[in-house]
Amino acid sequence: MSSKSNGKRAKSGGNLSFHGWRRENGRVGVRNHVVILPLDDLSNASCEAVANNIKGTLALPHAYGRLQFGKDLDLHFRTLIGAGSNPNVAAVVVIGIEESWTKRVVDGIAKTGKPVIGFGIEGHGDVATIARASYKAKEFVQWASDLRREECSIEDLWVSTKCGESDTTTGLSSCPTVGNMYDKLIPKGIYGCFGETSEITGAEHIAKERAINAKIGEKWMKVFKAYQDEVIEAHKVDDLSDSQPTKGNIAGGLTTIEEKALGNLEKIGRKCKFIDVLEPAEAPSSGPGLYYMDTSSAAAECVTLMAAAGYVVHTFPTGQGNVIGNPILPVIKISGNPKTVRTMAEHIDLDVTGILRREQTLDTAGDALIDMIIRTANGRLTAAEALGHREFVMTKLYRSA
Amino acid sequence: MSRKRTTKGTEIVATPHFLVHSPKDNVGVVVVEGLKAGTDMLGVITETDKTLKLKSKADIPIGHKVALKPLKKGDTVIKYGEDIGKMVADAGVGEHVHIQNLKTKRW
Repeated sequence: MSSKSNGKRAKSGGNLSFHGWRRENGRVGVRNHVVILPLDDLSNASCEAVANNIKGTLALPHAYGRLQFGKDLDLHFRTLIGAGSNPNVAAVVVIGIEESWTKRVVDGIAKTGKPVIGFGIEGHGDVATIARASYKAKEFVQWASDLRREECSIEDLWVSTKCGESDTTTGLSSCPTVGNMYDKLIPKGIYGCFGETSEITGAEHIAKERAINAKIGEKWMKVFKAYQDEVIEAHKVDDLSDSQPTKGNIAGGLTTIEEKALGNLEKIGRKCKFIDVLEPAEAPSSGPGLYYMDTSSAAAECVTLMAAAGYVVHTFPTGQGNVIGNPILPVIKISGNPKTVRTMAEHIDLDVTGILRREQTLDTAGDALIDMIIRTANGRLTAAEALGHREFVMTKLYRSA
Repeated sequence: MSRKRTTKGTEIVATPHFLVHSPKDNVGVVVVEGLKAGTDMLGVITETDKTLKLKSKADIPIGHKVALKPLKKGDTVIKYGEDIGKMVADAGVGEHVHIQNLKTKRW
């Protein structure tokens, strides 16, 4: 299933291209969603009602948005504006409990030039808001469905990565498969992104060396140390062996955080260097290349932040079988664990178990992943998309006021 | 349970029972399901493609580590050619290395 192909499609290794939607700001999307975006938890009900009324639209319910402040509030807005601005989104209807913060999100997304409008609930109630928003959502979805894909070259693709439910097979097979892909595609001018600050613990000396220069290496080390001091040391009650590695990691044979980190870093290959360090959900602004983003290692939080930064295809190595997806960012699952590929086949897009049997090289596995990325960009639904995984999870830095 | 198969024309290679990342490592990773104690195992060091043989001394699940050298309490365990933690109990060659005898040096 996972390796079969039908009809005409791009082959890796040669002149790589795909068909996507070029947006008003020049960025290229591989999906064409019309998003109904809640400003806050209170607006989820209206957004879901609009998405139910108007077929082909997508609500992104989430849990936060009230009484946040400071850096935590900045991150909330950056994540919402980033998700709406992602080129996989054609148009956005924002609904919030009141109009002022709703407008802030609308104005942020409007900078991309795409159609966006906001509605406040106070003074109208849910029912009238749903009606007003539904008329506009219908207009947007009919407009978006009329847009056509066009041929785009590989450098228009932004590909992020994060692994989940890792085991020792991820370090041997699926993570270095992603690394091989980056070693081949970063020189072709794509944007890449990795993160998971806690899961670099034990391999920070290696990560620092992979920075493009000493200045970026120091910037990275500052982020890593801040995480250790402000999160781990401030809140730990033991050595974290109960959470990192996770129970799934341990069942899969991973014993220590150092071992997990070394496997994790296999995702950035042998040759690429990261050119900048991003805040959570920050859009890269130093040109094409590989970026590090300061993220949690929890899959849904991390992938949501990468979607908000503008990435359009995500590569996700898994060992024990993490089932995560994202509503706007297609998540490609790669596994080299034969038991997982057998028992959870419906979740796996690319089977690289041949690497463990020494039947497949990392080079051919990397090519197979590039092929799957192109097919996904061209419209093939990932396993997570077909199964309806739409985990849209905000990162919260601290308690609300 | 190592299956014989043919690749690259006439060359006969066997499926390895365990893989080792680096020649510096003192543990390998079992990559077959249902490995029993007493199995004569074939291993491959992926960095160099060199093979090695070892008898398993425990039933070791797929993905779990096997000791390639005698490991004493306090020894540093090396995988990927790097420090992944310290032994908190002994493990002989061919024995299972996991949370019962290996612990992080961090946090």
